[in-house]
Amino acid sequence: MISLTLNGEPRELDLDPETPLLWVLRDHLGLTGTKYGCGKAECGACIVHLDGEPVNACTTPLSETQGRSVTTIEGLSPDGRHPLQLAWIIEQVPRCGYCQPGQIMMAAALLRKYPRPTDAQIEEAMSRVLCRCGTYDRIRHAVHRAANPEVQNG
Amino acid sequence: MAELGSGPLLSRRGFLKVGALAGGGLVLGICLPCRAERAGTAEGASSAPVPKDLPALAPNAWIRIHADERIELVLARSEAGQGVMTSLPMLLAEELEVGLDQIEVVMAPVAPIYSNRLLGAQATGQSTSARDAWTPLREAGAAARALMIAAAAQVWEVPPSECRAQRGRVHHSDGVRSLSYGELAATASGLTPPELPALKSREAWTLIGTSQQRLDIPEKVSGAARFGLDVRLPGLLFATLYRCPAPGSRVRSWRAAQASKVPGVIDVLAVRNGIAVLADSTWAAMEGRRRLEVSCRPASDRSLDSRRIRSRLEIGLTGGSAVARRDGDVSRALESSAQQIEAVYEVGFQPHVCMEAMNCTADVRADRCALYVPTQAQEEARAVASEITGLPRERVSVHTSLLGGGYGRRLEQDFVVDAVELSMRARRPVQVVWTREDDFRHDYYRPMTLHRLRGGLDAEGRVIAWFHRVVGPSVLARLRPGEMHDSIDDFMVEGAADIPYKVADLRVEYRRADTPAPVGLWRGGGYAHNSFAAECFVDELAILAGRDPLALRRSMLGDSPRYARLLDRVVEIARWGETPRTGRARGLALVSAFGSLIAGVAEVSVEDGRARVHQVFCVADCGQVVHPELVRGQIESGVVYGLTAALKGEITFTDGLVDQSGFDGYPLLRFDEMPEIRVDILPSDADPGGVSGLAVPVVGPAVANALRLLTGKAARSLPIRLSA
Repeated sequence: MISLTLNGEPRELDLDPETPLLWVLRDHLGLTGTKYGCGKAECGACIVHLDGEPVNACTTPLSETQGRSVTTIEGLSPDGRHPLQLAWIIEQVPRCGYCQPGQIMMAAALLRKYPRPTDAQIEEAMSRVLCRCGTYDRIRHAVHRAANPEVQNG
Repeated sequence: MAELGSGPLLSRRGFLKVGALAGGGLVLGICLPCRAERAGTAEGASSAPVPKDLPALAPNAWIRIHADERIELVLARSEAGQGVMTSLPMLLAEELEVGLDQIEVVMAPVAPIYSNRLLGAQATGQSTSARDAWTPLREAGAAARALMIAAAAQVWEVPPSECRAQRGRVHHSDGVRSLSYGELAATASGLTPPELPALKSREAWTLIGTSQQRLDIPEKVSGAARFGLDVRLPGLLFATLYRCPAPGSRVRSWRAAQASKVPGVIDVLAVRNGIAVLADSTWAAMEGRRRLEVSCRPASDRSLDSRRIRSRLEIGLTGGSAVARRDGDVSRALESSAQQIEAVYEVGFQPHVCMEAMNCTADVRADRCALYVPTQAQEEARAVASEITGLPRERVSVHTSLLGGGYGRRLEQDFVVDAVELSMRARRPVQVVWTREDDFRHDYYRPMTLHRLRGGLDAEGRVIAWFHRVVGPSVLARLRPGEMHDSIDDFMVEGAADIPYKVADLRVEYRRADTPAPVGLWRGGGYAHNSFAAECFVDELAILAGRDPLALRRSMLGDSPRYARLLDRVVEIARWGETPRTGRARGLALVSAFGSLIAGVAEVSVEDGRARVHQVFCVADCGQVVHPELVRGQIESGVVYGLTAALKGEITFTDGLVDQSGFDGYPLLRFDEMPEIRVDILPSDADPGGVSGLAVPVVGPAVANALRLLTGKAARSLPIRLSA
């Protein structure tokens, strides 16, 4: 039995502790916002927060969440209005949208560490998540927008 | 995307009751996104409200008006990131006189009215959606608007000329009376549809030409968006297939003893495409598959090997071929040239790499079959499911989810075959998931091609002869054999036979050279390989002539204001006339494709033996723009897609196997490799041209042409290989 906090709620999961967190979320908990892209921590589509730190859910076994706190895209905000989500909408970032939960979660972790990140800090962090549709430039604008309250007017 | 199969309430029954439509069968809709209250999650599903069982007015197959004021617009093309979910409803809404905030988008079922005339089937791809929809959807909106006005005129007993439609209401010219479309629906349903009115003039547009907020974005940002992999149905099983890794090879024997022991695995079955593991979760299916013991027969054709394929193609560089275009007498013109040059270009295999790997969910019952699938080809999916199940087509429904990328890969039906077969055998709904390795290994690749070009200049440095032979497998031969003509595959010669330049003596040939590699349609079509060769060759001719590549192109385009304007603008924004910074060079390319034009300039440098692209400037003339930000976005997107293929990765084969099976072997362009991209769209009154694939063919040659200036050597391969 694994006990964790998931999106702010305590959970007890009677599942094989070796199951990657990605599949626990998607197949057992109905949280399909976190995506499967490669299963090998190479693409970043599955990034979630473990105690606030970005991790690839596809290579994080459930056992690693014991006693810890997991946040997924569904839990980033109660209503889809996290500053990053608002910024993503204002900048019209997503195209196919498949990688975007991973992008947003990575950006959220970045902003926790660097509330006003430089371009170099954004680049270093966000290079961890691949986007086949090439939305990188809009992502950069959206991160700056979310980070700068004076600029925010969503 | 809410409602799609979530919880016990599938909404199918509710929608079935909406009723028959004029012009084409039952509409089974999936709200995408749905403004109706959402059903619970799969875990805590509660009874969610059913869409009201009120008959909707359907003035045509594209519009449904409910008495409770809901207005639904039907989308017949797949939303794969290109924005059709917004741009196509804009066409309907403009003429219907409703705002996008007043409508919901519903995915179309399969029906003849929803066919894409440019593709000959209900399908999405090849940069055709806006072009195909431009007039019919506006006409559908206008027809419905006229019907609403006629209904109001009848209610008020006034002439229609005294009535005006705006924001979903009809207003009388007395400035007092108005009725909503919902209020008018009942009256309208009893009327004979009036004559189609004139479409709105450009000056009257409130939506077309504006960058409306995309309707799919809020859900893509909240995590609620439902892609194919996110479909959940009661009793759903998950499956993944072991496919023999060598294309063309088949299973000889297999043992499931270890696989069956994995908790959650329910069954292991031999199916058409391999050995399937059925389980109660995706992970269990994948774990089960890992423990399968399978032995495969070798492929009948053992020559799936990049070096052997290249040799086979090389043979095709000379000898007989089909002629795609013949103007004048190029042989004689070459003979009389003052200078000549010949070059061979090589363009490698490319994978599609959708971020969402292939998948399909099928629910096969005794008397019906439902597909929930990220497909680009709904009509064919239905046909395949009908064939496998033996059910008539009318009993097969196709529910299109959001697509995590398409790029032509989801025109194929292999994942549909997997799911339908398994659901039949399991008698349960089954979701077949491909792993990333499967997605790389079992793709239908952009074909490898070789190109032999010859060009001749006269004494004044003018291009007087142009010869281009394309050598490669045929994509059409498998996909649409009826469209081959005189041994020509139009996909393989587009970008070669229709270059924008005017050369009196010109010949374009196609030598079909099949290889064992599976090939298919890829973003940018034939332009993606042919334009590379043609545009690099133009620069080589410029060097031979001692002329600036821009000036040479202008002289070859003849008197064309459209091209002149395009080149003028790209030259301006790219500062072509100014000397670039030390260590940098600029390259130019020009492509006419899909009814649009694009000019691209890339500014690059070479660092540590590798090309680095700093800036890409694109100017596009794509006719009337429905949604400027979507167009800009597709061009940015095409640049990135094309840059990966130009600089970062390709597909190679060794001894029957694909060498690349993940992002380590085929690295996509990353955030920190993204150039600055500037896109200008030229205003135009012409009908819309295609955009989604437009930038892909222009960026490779622009980069290659820049690199040539830096290295002194022609880059004659794509991906571009800089010699040490």
